[in-house]
Amino acid sequence: MNDSQKVDWSALRKDFPILNQQVHGQPLVYFDNAATSQKPRQVVQALVNYYERDNANVHRGLHELSNRATKAFEAARERAAKFINARQSDEIIWTRGTTEAINLVATAWGTKFIKAGDVILLTEMEHHSNIVPWQLLAQRTGAKLAFLPIIGDIGLLDLARLDEFLTDRVKLLSFVHISNALGTINPVVELCERARRKGITTFVDAAQSAGHRPLDVQEIGCDFLAVSGHKMCGPTGIGFLYGRMELLEQMPPYHGGGEMILTADYHKSTYKVPPHRFEAGTPDISGPIGLHAAMDYLDAIGRDMISEHDQQLGAYAYEKLMGLDKIRIFGPHVGRAGLVSFLLNDIHAHDVTELANQKGIALRGGHHCTQPLMRKLGVESTSRASFYFYNTTAEIDRLFDVLKEIQKFFGS
Amino acid sequence: MFDDVADLYQQVILDHCKHPRNFRELTPCTCSAQGRNPLCGDQLKLFLNLDGDKITEAAFVGSGCCISKASASLLTDAVKGKTRNEAGAMFELVRELVTKGKAEGDVGKLAVFAGVHKFPARVKCAILSWHALMAALKGEGQPVSTENEHN
Ligand SMILES: Cc1ncc(COP(=O)(O)O)c(C=O)c1O
Repeated sequence: MNDSQKVDWSALRKDFPILNQQVHGQPLVYFDNAATSQKPRQVVQALVNYYERDNANVHRGLHELSNRATKAFEAARERAAKFINARQSDEIIWTRGTTEAINLVATAWGTKFIKAGDVILLTEMEHHSNIVPWQLLAQRTGAKLAFLPIIGDIGLLDLARLDEFLTDRVKLLSFVHISNALGTINPVVELCERARRKGITTFVDAAQSAGHRPLDVQEIGCDFLAVSGHKMCGPTGIGFLYGRMELLEQMPPYHGGGEMILTADYHKSTYKVPPHRFEAGTPDISGPIGLHAAMDYLDAIGRDMISEHDQQLGAYAYEKLMGLDKIRIFGPHVGRAGLVSFLLNDIHAHDVTELANQKGIALRGGHHCTQPLMRKLGVESTSRASFYFYNTTAEIDRLFDVLKEIQKFFGS
Repeated sequence: MFDDVADLYQQVILDHCKHPRNFRELTPCTCSAQGRNPLCGDQLKLFLNLDGDKITEAAFVGSGCCISKASASLLTDAVKGKTRNEAGAMFELVRELVTKGKAEGDVGKLAVFAGVHKFPARVKCAILSWHALMAALKGEGQPVSTENEHN
């Protein structure tokens, strides 16, 4: 018996009342977890508690409530540091999510460290959020972007070509840990190590991995790492950036305003040290508090258990759906994350998604914010079923049956 | 099997989606325009030939979901023989039809799109080719998108 079989996964579903509903007269099957996960009661309750008992602004009140809010806000930062094994909590900067974390680094770090002619190395499987901020930086500075290729439909990075791409001009390697469009799990330790040997700064987009497997930034050896809370049982609108302190200290502010200054004058101000230098204005306070509860929730289950369970669901879905006629599944055959991206015959992904919805199944159909990748694969869009620990193999069986009906409906 | 979506995927729509009419490039042509649906990445190109004020031929190429393909296919049939003004009036009727479920006027075969209004996310799919039509008639060089089309 695998360790993850010792967890009573279906018992966890009671923490997610939202899952217990009918959609179009059918039991809801929520397979859009890569877009956003559902939130357990414990997280919702943490938000309620905060707003009903402790709500106040942080770092600027001397009264009891402000003290409590500040304490909870900073305790969440400690928790986030522990969650990814950062050396200190000051290496955690609250952001709205992965997108803002990348923009922060592209703006603050990029403006200082990137010059004309430098190369920013990305991969062909990146989310738009790990492409567009670097394009903007490149336009501002005259730097260039390069993309490490992937191999065909199996969607693995062509690591044999990595050294060829890690030229002397490359200043940054930024890549996705788990691809939201393919389910590829990239060898994050190896990638960072090979970049580091050449003195290249590394950025890991952990949007899809943070809530699904243990993360240790010291073991990974990255300089930056970005997380979205809403994909890991936390509220929307909160996430964080991890940055190695040595780099953060050298970076100019991202936004200007209250909270981030040490002293301000009409013509010149001085700034706080990280992380507060990068957190201008009243922050999202309930967000970190909700995310704190989410991190506690995930670790009570065990992220190693979740990762094992994910991969079982991913493998089960792959095997099962391969049993359909004329299905094209993208991403690796083995060792995939808990998601399956596919095309059914010549039926458009939106039509598949629409019909699945009529049977209560929430899929995503589209380009998954990875248009360049879709173009590379020679498709416009795919349908995607993405799982979390509360999903079951019975739900995957249901998806299989519904996909068969969809094929029949379109007469293919 | 899928009774609730039968309104959306009418037989005529399924037929036009599988066997789109006038599915080819017109070269040369009087005017053409591209339509894009940023949500799905769908795109199509619409070609028109005009004789004076009258549309004599319409064709399209591109890819998209069943609804957007069928809509373009039916459009190419529907606008043939229409003047610019008549085509413009049809655009308004179709827009009314797909957003409200009915239109004050004769839409002919296009009536099959009445069911779209129950599926707000699909209005953009049904209206894409019509935006391209308007852009082609206006001679706009820029691709049109359905980005600002509200459901
Ligand atoms: C791989 C990946 N990177 C980045 C993002 C962006 O995350 P967010 O929208 O939470 O900022 C997402 C999610 O959409 C994602 O899947």
